Amino acid sequence: MAGEHIIDLKHVSKRFGDKVVLDDISLYIRKGEFVTLLGPSGCGKTTTLRMISGFLAPDEGEILLDGKDISSIPPYKRPFNTVFQRYALFPHLDVYDNIAFGLKLRKTPEDEIEKRVKKVLKLVSMSDYEDRDVESLSGGQQQRVAIARALVNQPKILLLDEPLAALDLKMRKDMQIELKEMHRELGITFIYVTHDQEEALTLSDTIVVMNEGKIQQIGTPTDIYNEPVNCFVADFIGESNILKGRMLRDRRVAFIKHEFDCVDEGFGEDVPVDVVVRPEDIYFTTDPAKCQFKATVGSCTFKGVHYEMWVDTDTGYELMIQDYDPYPVGSEVMLYIDPDDIQVMRKERTCNVFEGKMVDETHVAMLGAEFGCLPQAGLSAGDDVSVEVRFEAVDLQDHQEDGIVAGEVHFLLYKGDHYHLTILTEDGDHIWVDTNDIWDKGDLVGVNIAPADLKIEKRNEA
Amino acid sequence: MKKFIAQTYIWILLILLYAPLVFIAVFSFTESRVLGNWTGFSARLYANLFTGDMQGSSSLLSAVENTLLIALIAAAVSTLLGTVAAVGIHHLHGRTKQAVTFLNNIPMINPDIITGVSLFLLFVFLHFSQGYVTVVLAHITFCTPYVVLSVMPKLRQMNPNIYEAAMDLGATPSQALWKVLVPQLRPGMVSGFILAFTMSLDDFAVTFFTRGTIGLDTLSTFIYTDARKGGLTPELRPLMTLIFLIILILLVVINVRQAKTKRTV
Repeated sequence: MAGEHIIDLKHVSKRFGDKVVLDDISLYIRKGEFVTLLGPSGCGKTTTLRMISGFLAPDEGEILLDGKDISSIPPYKRPFNTVFQRYALFPHLDVYDNIAFGLKLRKTPEDEIEKRVKKVLKLVSMSDYEDRDVESLSGGQQQRVAIARALVNQPKILLLDEPLAALDLKMRKDMQIELKEMHRELGITFIYVTHDQEEALTLSDTIVVMNEGKIQQIGTPTDIYNEPVNCFVADFIGESNILKGRMLRDRRVAFIKHEFDCVDEGFGEDVPVDVVVRPEDIYFTTDPAKCQFKATVGSCTFKGVHYEMWVDTDTGYELMIQDYDPYPVGSEVMLYIDPDDIQVMRKERTCNVFEGKMVDETHVAMLGAEFGCLPQAGLSAGDDVSVEVRFEAVDLQDHQEDGIVAGEVHFLLYKGDHYHLTILTEDGDHIWVDTNDIWDKGDLVGVNIAPADLKIEKRNEA
Repeated sequence: MKKFIAQTYIWILLILLYAPLVFIAVFSFTESRVLGNWTGFSARLYANLFTGDMQGSSSLLSAVENTLLIALIAAAVSTLLGTVAAVGIHHLHGRTKQAVTFLNNIPMINPDIITGVSLFLLFVFLHFSQGYVTVVLAHITFCTPYVVLSVMPKLRQMNPNIYEAAMDLGATPSQALWKVLVPQLRPGMVSGFILAFTMSLDDFAVTFFTRGTIGLDTLSTFIYTDARKGGLTPELRPLMTLIFLIILILLVVINVRQAKTKRTV
């Protein structure tokens, strides 16, 4: 029955040592659905899958199958089968015995095994390969055998852990289509883990976007693509222009120093927001009446189906545009954006807020170090304080030892005229920085904040 | 010229290495009691060896029997222990793994004489009466690290997911062990077994210190005593030749196996 939950994850958390890998994940999966857990490496997607398959136990929370808690059921008794990354076929067995492995363990009669193996081999288009040594097969063929080995047991759920990651692009595309067909044919639930956003968009009924152990967004591929809820999702899924903006009133937003009509409501008046515009949603026009802003084409690259252009707006922002027609570099163009294509997102944060403790009148301890500050009246040593620092006020140094705190560039977003960086300190704190300098992910940096930029307030004990 | 020197060098080296073996093998086909006297071709010594018709034959044959039995037990037990240890070490991480691997390597570089003396002292300290059991225990001790060393590469080559894949398909942990893990490790275990067997066969120092005073002799200790009694029993010559041939065959088998697994990876 459609809509019936087969799997429920309720407030699931998992730690490896000190590191929180999953932080209070709740999600349900409907019977027969193709669900993809999507995110960058280390986001917790594989951990989630391993908890469903039973190889990991959650530290907190519970996992329900058809409404019943399965945390005490070992993996070999769960009615799920997994297609592993890098196949994990048994090299000492041939194709037939690999596929028959699960059935033999269940003491299935020999003639039934043969029937089912033959059938599933046909399903993955590998008939006549029964007697082959698995190591003599190509990557794609091994992958098919791995899928057959899982499907032959008629699992309630098929779990797939980046099954196509090791295949080349062409093969991957073919397998995507075949997987989708198998899903339709068999009608069983698929839970698919990948870091490839295109794969997720192609295959899934529902996508769960994860980052840093948290679920960012759950939705259909079109929802996720057209209405990302935050900068991470917008940046991770497809190409996008992510820009600082200001919601002026309902259905009216300002960004790149121009005003636009949009379809979003309920943000309030004059509220800072983030705006996402997909590069294919910015249109060229020759009609001055339609033109919303002008720009100069800075670069133009042919990408196969479309051209990718970077333009500099008359107000000093850089935007990416994709169009079927190229425009010569240096030419002045007129542009417009449909109200439907402007995605407005509430800002996740507007400045850094750190928890600290006063050391003396002119020093505050936070982020595992001591920062100098302006003399604070009314605060004494030992007071708990919260410290606000604007994104632009954080100063990054090339060498870790030149900063008060050392960190690493963890995530970066280009926002049209500046970069928004997430710095991960050695103690695991996040510092957000707006800068015009170019940094790369993984750069080691020293972080300084000028005394005048610390806005300190006494924190009330809860 | 350069090539000539290089070739001469390798030939001299090979002659030095194999001359003693060839010498023993040649003189195993003559009856002379004194090694080095050629008294005409004869296979008598070989016949004696198998019929047991010779001086002090009972002690020589029982030494051979002891040697083989001890080597078999030691190799079997250390294969089991070493494989389990290798699986354990494989699943350790970072520094602990390095440390344990290092600790495993030390007994292999440690001179036999030190292993022997320290085991001797340990057994005395524990009031263990020395004899067959202590020799077997001692052999297991120095053989196990070799098994660990030959099983480890198999674990490293193995797809880390196949054990989980077996469980995922419905195998209990013990079924997964026997149906998937052991078949994968078997070549390493066999090499380890053969290595342990030859190490045990070969040992003198450790056996000498741990056999106690009950008169237990393995081949090596027998020869040592025999030589001191004045001259070697002539039948030792065919025996040595045969042992050399067996070891040679074993080595070829190990090498062929290794070459085969390398090709399939």
